[in-house]
Amino acid sequence: MRIIRKNLNVLILMLSLLLGNFAMAQQSVLTGKVTDSSSGESLPGVSIVVKGTTNGTITNIDGIFTLGVKKGDVVQFSFVGYKTQEIVANGQKNLSVALAIDNAELDEVVVIGYGQVKKADATGSVSTVSSKDFNKGGVSSPQDLIVGKSAGTVITSSGGAPGSGSTIRIRGGSSMSASNDPLIIIDGFPVSNSGISGLANPLSTINPNDIETFTVLKDASATAIYGSRASNGVILITTKKGVVGKPVQIEYNATMSVNTIPAYMDVMSGDQLRTLAYDLALKSAVGLSMNSLGRLGTQNTNWQKEIYQTAFAHDHNVNVSGGLKNMPYRVSIGYTNQDGILKTTNMERSTLALGLNPSLLDNQLKININLKGSYTKQNFGDQGAVGSAVAYDPTQPVMNGNTKFGGYTTWINLSDVLPDGTMNPNGSPNPIGVANPVALLNQTDNRSTVQRSLGNVQFDYKIPFLPELRANLNLGYDYFTTKGHNNATSEAAFTYRNGIGRLNDYDQTGKTQLLDFYLNYVKEIPSIKSKVDVTGGYSWQHFYKDGSAFVRNGDGTQVSVDRKTSKFINENYLVSFFGRLNYSLLDRYLVTFTLRDDGSSRFSPATRWGLFPAAAFAWKIKDESFLKDVPTVSDLKLRLGWGITGQQDIGNDFPYLPVYRGSTPTAQYQFGNAFYNTLRPNPYDANIKWEETTTYNIGFDFGFLKNRITGTFDAYQRDTKDLLNFIPIAAGSNFSNFLTTNVGNLENKGVEFSLTGQIISKKDMNWSVGFNAAYNENKITKLTKTDDPNYTGVDVGLIGGGVGNFIQNQRVGFPSSSFFVFQQVYGSNGMPIEGLYVDRTGNGGTVTSNNLNKYHYKKPAPDVTIGINSRFGYKQFDFSFSGRANIGNYVYNNVASGALYSTVYNQSGFFNNIPTQVNNAKFTNTQYFSDFYVENASFFKMDNMSVGYNFEKKLKARLSFTVQNVFTITKYHGLDPEVDGGIDNNFYPRPRVFVLGVNLTF
Amino acid sequence: MKNKNIKSLAVVFLALMFTSCAKDLDLTPKDPNIITSLTVYSTPAAYKEGLAKLYATFAVSGQQGPSGQPDIAGIDEGFGNYLRQYWNAQELPTDEAVMAWNDASIKDFHWQTWAPNDVFVSAIYSRIMYTVALSNEYIRATTGNTDADIKKYHAEARFIRALAYSHAIDLFGNPPFVTEADTPGAFFPKQTTRAELFTYIESELKAIENDLGASRFEYARADQGAAWTLLAKLYLNAKVYMGQDKNTECITYCNKVIAAGYTLNTKYANNFTADNNLSAEMIFPITSDGKHTQTYGGMTYLVHAQIGGSMPPAQFGVGGGWGGIRTTKALVNKFADNTGATDKRAMFWSAGQKLEINDIGQFTDGWAITKFSNLTSTGAAAPHAHPDFVDTDYPVFRLADVYLMYAEAVLRNGTGGSAATALGYVNALRQRAYGNPSGNIISTQLTLDFILDERARELYWEGHRRTDLIRFGKFTSASYLWPWKGKVAEGAATQSYRDLFPIPSNDLGANPTLKQNTGY
Repeated sequence: MRIIRKNLNVLILMLSLLLGNFAMAQQSVLTGKVTDSSSGESLPGVSIVVKGTTNGTITNIDGIFTLGVKKGDVVQFSFVGYKTQEIVANGQKNLSVALAIDNAELDEVVVIGYGQVKKADATGSVSTVSSKDFNKGGVSSPQDLIVGKSAGTVITSSGGAPGSGSTIRIRGGSSMSASNDPLIIIDGFPVSNSGISGLANPLSTINPNDIETFTVLKDASATAIYGSRASNGVILITTKKGVVGKPVQIEYNATMSVNTIPAYMDVMSGDQLRTLAYDLALKSAVGLSMNSLGRLGTQNTNWQKEIYQTAFAHDHNVNVSGGLKNMPYRVSIGYTNQDGILKTTNMERSTLALGLNPSLLDNQLKININLKGSYTKQNFGDQGAVGSAVAYDPTQPVMNGNTKFGGYTTWINLSDVLPDGTMNPNGSPNPIGVANPVALLNQTDNRSTVQRSLGNVQFDYKIPFLPELRANLNLGYDYFTTKGHNNATSEAAFTYRNGIGRLNDYDQTGKTQLLDFYLNYVKEIPSIKSKVDVTGGYSWQHFYKDGSAFVRNGDGTQVSVDRKTSKFINENYLVSFFGRLNYSLLDRYLVTFTLRDDGSSRFSPATRWGLFPAAAFAWKIKDESFLKDVPTVSDLKLRLGWGITGQQDIGNDFPYLPVYRGSTPTAQYQFGNAFYNTLRPNPYDANIKWEETTTYNIGFDFGFLKNRITGTFDAYQRDTKDLLNFIPIAAGSNFSNFLTTNVGNLENKGVEFSLTGQIISKKDMNWSVGFNAAYNENKITKLTKTDDPNYTGVDVGLIGGGVGNFIQNQRVGFPSSSFFVFQQVYGSNGMPIEGLYVDRTGNGGTVTSNNLNKYHYKKPAPDVTIGINSRFGYKQFDFSFSGRANIGNYVYNNVASGALYSTVYNQSGFFNNIPTQVNNAKFTNTQYFSDFYVENASFFKMDNMSVGYNFEKKLKARLSFTVQNVFTITKYHGLDPEVDGGIDNNFYPRPRVFVLGVNLTF
Repeated sequence: MKNKNIKSLAVVFLALMFTSCAKDLDLTPKDPNIITSLTVYSTPAAYKEGLAKLYATFAVSGQQGPSGQPDIAGIDEGFGNYLRQYWNAQELPTDEAVMAWNDASIKDFHWQTWAPNDVFVSAIYSRIMYTVALSNEYIRATTGNTDADIKKYHAEARFIRALAYSHAIDLFGNPPFVTEADTPGAFFPKQTTRAELFTYIESELKAIENDLGASRFEYARADQGAAWTLLAKLYLNAKVYMGQDKNTECITYCNKVIAAGYTLNTKYANNFTADNNLSAEMIFPITSDGKHTQTYGGMTYLVHAQIGGSMPPAQFGVGGGWGGIRTTKALVNKFADNTGATDKRAMFWSAGQKLEINDIGQFTDGWAITKFSNLTSTGAAAPHAHPDFVDTDYPVFRLADVYLMYAEAVLRNGTGGSAATALGYVNALRQRAYGNPSGNIISTQLTLDFILDERARELYWEGHRRTDLIRFGKFTSASYLWPWKGKVAEGAATQSYRDLFPIPSNDLGANPTLKQNTGY
């Protein structure tokens, strides 16, 4: 330890000398010591710069510094977490500087749309999560950094695959068929919501190491400046930047992770299945006869163990930042290589980020250049193996010596037998038999390569003759190309349905361009104690994507998708004018008005423009005389907001135009001996227009005890009308039975609360705790043009097992995607009685024969979401954790509803394994629509626990150990209660991850 | 210098701003597979492709075979295929077919317990009205066109619409009614009555009679034979549809069909093979092709779903069975000899199958049927053999049906025909079935009850059974029971309002002008 210290001292000395060399014109030497104003402790690593120059140094381990200065120089002392201090050099020789801790969040600046604002002056509901509060450990996708950190922001990953995507919902979803994703803006560039094929998660091309803050704009007064895309909230991501006058800093971050599977689905062993099958055959139940038992094998294969692995991942990031004269810069290079716990799955990503922020013309022109590039290779494997491993007969071996299917055991048609009557292992594969999960992985080659570059340059020019006015121009682009394939070898039995083997190539390119321009005028008018801040601007964004695919069987003789007919071009434009007025009176009363006029090429000339206004009022109560001198209350602000936002993101570029679509060569029709392509008119709605959401928000920001306790409280209501809704339309009136049209209303209301407390704040020990909670209630208030109360709604939510079985239903008066099921009757022993349901209509007869006996029972969205996190530091050690709870979220347990005795044997000659969850219901035949399977999936998850040791204060080095996905507390019977969409049907399990992290800063 | 730069920057800006915004929003599709309605019919070939779509609405599920770009929504794409749902609606509620699967409410068909929000009822309803809406669009686009080919296309489009409406009148009775006068948009089509719809279909078919091609002018195109057969069928069921017998008219049009040159195939089974397009008995098919016309509905479904248990898929020219549909003993017992040794129409698979159905969900309960095959009449592989998709066409109308319609209309006292001719037609079918006259009947045996049973023997699984049973008053009520009717193993009475399916609740919600059918 001592040696390291010594070496660090040397290094710092060298760095100081290096930096000192710039100061050629020194006239005197300033020395001194920097301390913490409250504790008196010396502060190492404080950066000291002569303002406006590159002349600077940093304090050594004892807080001592030496700097050559001229008389009259303004010397700046800055250190993270402390207030910056400036001292004018007037010949002092020995200087004592005491820096005060910057606990006043009041000075904190938050980014908002087209600008930034002092947090104290913010009128909208804005929550910021900055890098110090991010989730720790091996985080490979940006959104994982803030899971559980922002009240009312629910982030649900789709599964545990490397680089997998997430669903982000802010205050519930305000739309039904249109996108419910928030608008994501990276360094001022709004990225397209539309997916990138060959990439599970478009956000994953951004290296989490490069992110400085997430700012979540929640209410309309904050988001309405983004009018058309703001209905589901806005997330502003700001990447890290260099700082003027900061010495060169080199940082190296590395994590090494071990990913393990937390639990296997509990299924029958080979022996258990043999016993069960024998018992069933004895009773001649479920179509099993003694004869059919001959198809059973003799093994005890654990298929899940065959497909999962303990997987390793490592991540490296090097970044260099500093200020080159007036140009702060930051360069970051990252490399991630992550194996998935499902064998063959992998993500390998290289990223490059460059940030340059030069100031020219005496700081009148500030330029902000951000360039990000990524190169991502993904191997998706075949996630069908997850379900197959649960269902595949455990009595069978992985390989059975056949020569036709690469040796992998394959179910053969019942009629295809050897002379002795046993299954011919080289026969014709049974098309409905479960696919061998190991073969699915090993015979599939499903990989993609995605290159993406995202960049923007922002010019901010202070008009010389009118210093209150500045002009801001932002030019940006986001391009990507994808190449991918999803092939299967010619021996793959699971491709038999479409011919032997599979070749599937696809490619895509995407181009988005942006031009934003605005003028901002800020004027203090002391005579009326007012400040006016006016912004007016224009925005133009172009979205373009094209691609094609080529799918055929292994030898190319059967083409199911050809390049010509699969070629697509998606394109749309958004053109907008926007304005904002901030007015503050007496620095206590703040008013904001915003207005955005949006034009979308998706709508007809008559409906394409939408006007989205918003207004907000904030009152800094703390600054009123009656509260000013109350010491316990350090901050109190009231916020009121109202606004209308819009939605046009419906995936279809021309929903208003009557267009025809050609057919593929596999959907032709025969006349005589010739086959003809067909031409089909697509449904359209000439009058389709903006969906509108009106939001009301009331909020308080507060701080107590010198802001050791800070928090916010918000209550809101969001009413969406003219929903862009994919709903049944009057038969015969258009060219389909469903159409995306403006029908229906939806309502969300809720409250949010967040609290941060500095429980201990001492020299050697500090402990802070954060807590947030949100309640949201979602209800469909209108669904048809006629508002018919008897309308039974629209079925959604396909489940596995059978085809066309919808388990959810949209109906007026209920939350969207409510489960729609029969009410199970239970016996006196508490067990459900198979096939017996409550006759809710009272019509008698067989209950299940009348769909009207179904009822709306619970929904997938949680009522309450809670996030809790804590960070405890003692000397060089720190310990932190973050956890999360969802309450009132229900899941349809599709794994359990498929666990039936009748599925043990399929009469076309194959056995299936079943989860032991069959014992919860002991049903013989399918009862998919029993509410028994709609389970309370409320949970508490310990997402993250981390211990760290910081080696030194001067040269920062940090070693940490983190466990992610530590434990889950739930009553849910399936593997994982956190199910995106609420239907649990064997998704890629989220791994438990053990992460060793190293951070070195030079 | 500074100012100059700024000025030029500002100019570039303003230019970009105001020119681009005005222009860019007026976007037109660049996608090569999307054509605007203004330019779509710029070539004669496009007219034929537009026409092909109308036929294809029966055969495939969307613009991408076997699935993708579906025509209708709210249901699994393969399930939402017209032919598949039409077949299910016509066969599953009868004595001819039971289904093993657990797909949504499909078993409600056997039990005659469907509800207005049934997804399958909604699918066939949507399909019918979809075909009508597309036909209307095509009729609008071709109205007044004097090109000889396009005039014929125009008439065919009207036939397709009449065919779809004939399904509507039969299944739903009182559907919403739209013609080419109703341009697409957001409006509420007015409901028609069964009797009005009867008159409309009749007038349409009569109006196009002379514009259509002569019988069999081009395979699979709607021709005069198809229109006459549809008229004959409409007339035969006129009593059900509009309360009045039209058996004389039925005979008139049967005669026209029979005179048009169709002949019975010498082998019954050849009407259901991969090369059944060659059968001279075929009047109107829905085509299917292993390479060009792929779907998970249609004939793919019929061929695969009939195969299960110990049936070797290779014997039917496909890669595997789906183990779904079988029949009840009510059909099996209509054959004096159910082995197929004498009456070759008894195409059953009994090995490993039980005649009695204890559990509808088990494929081996109930005898399987071997009627449809993707092998050719010689037992060779289909020309476009594929393990999943079949070349076998669906016989919508074939001559045997017309013979039996003729005989029935005569027995129902229609004029213009004779009992002797009727007997001759029936015996022609029986002689083909037996391979000799041993199965022939005499005139006293030719009764209406015999006709109903003979239609089952000859036409089972061809989508006629529900209509036939209703015409004979035996579909609902207790007049005729078969296994699992009314959800009872031995069969139970059902209520007569189920002779019609309900107007789906989706459409009642979307169109407030509609009234539900009685009883629902």
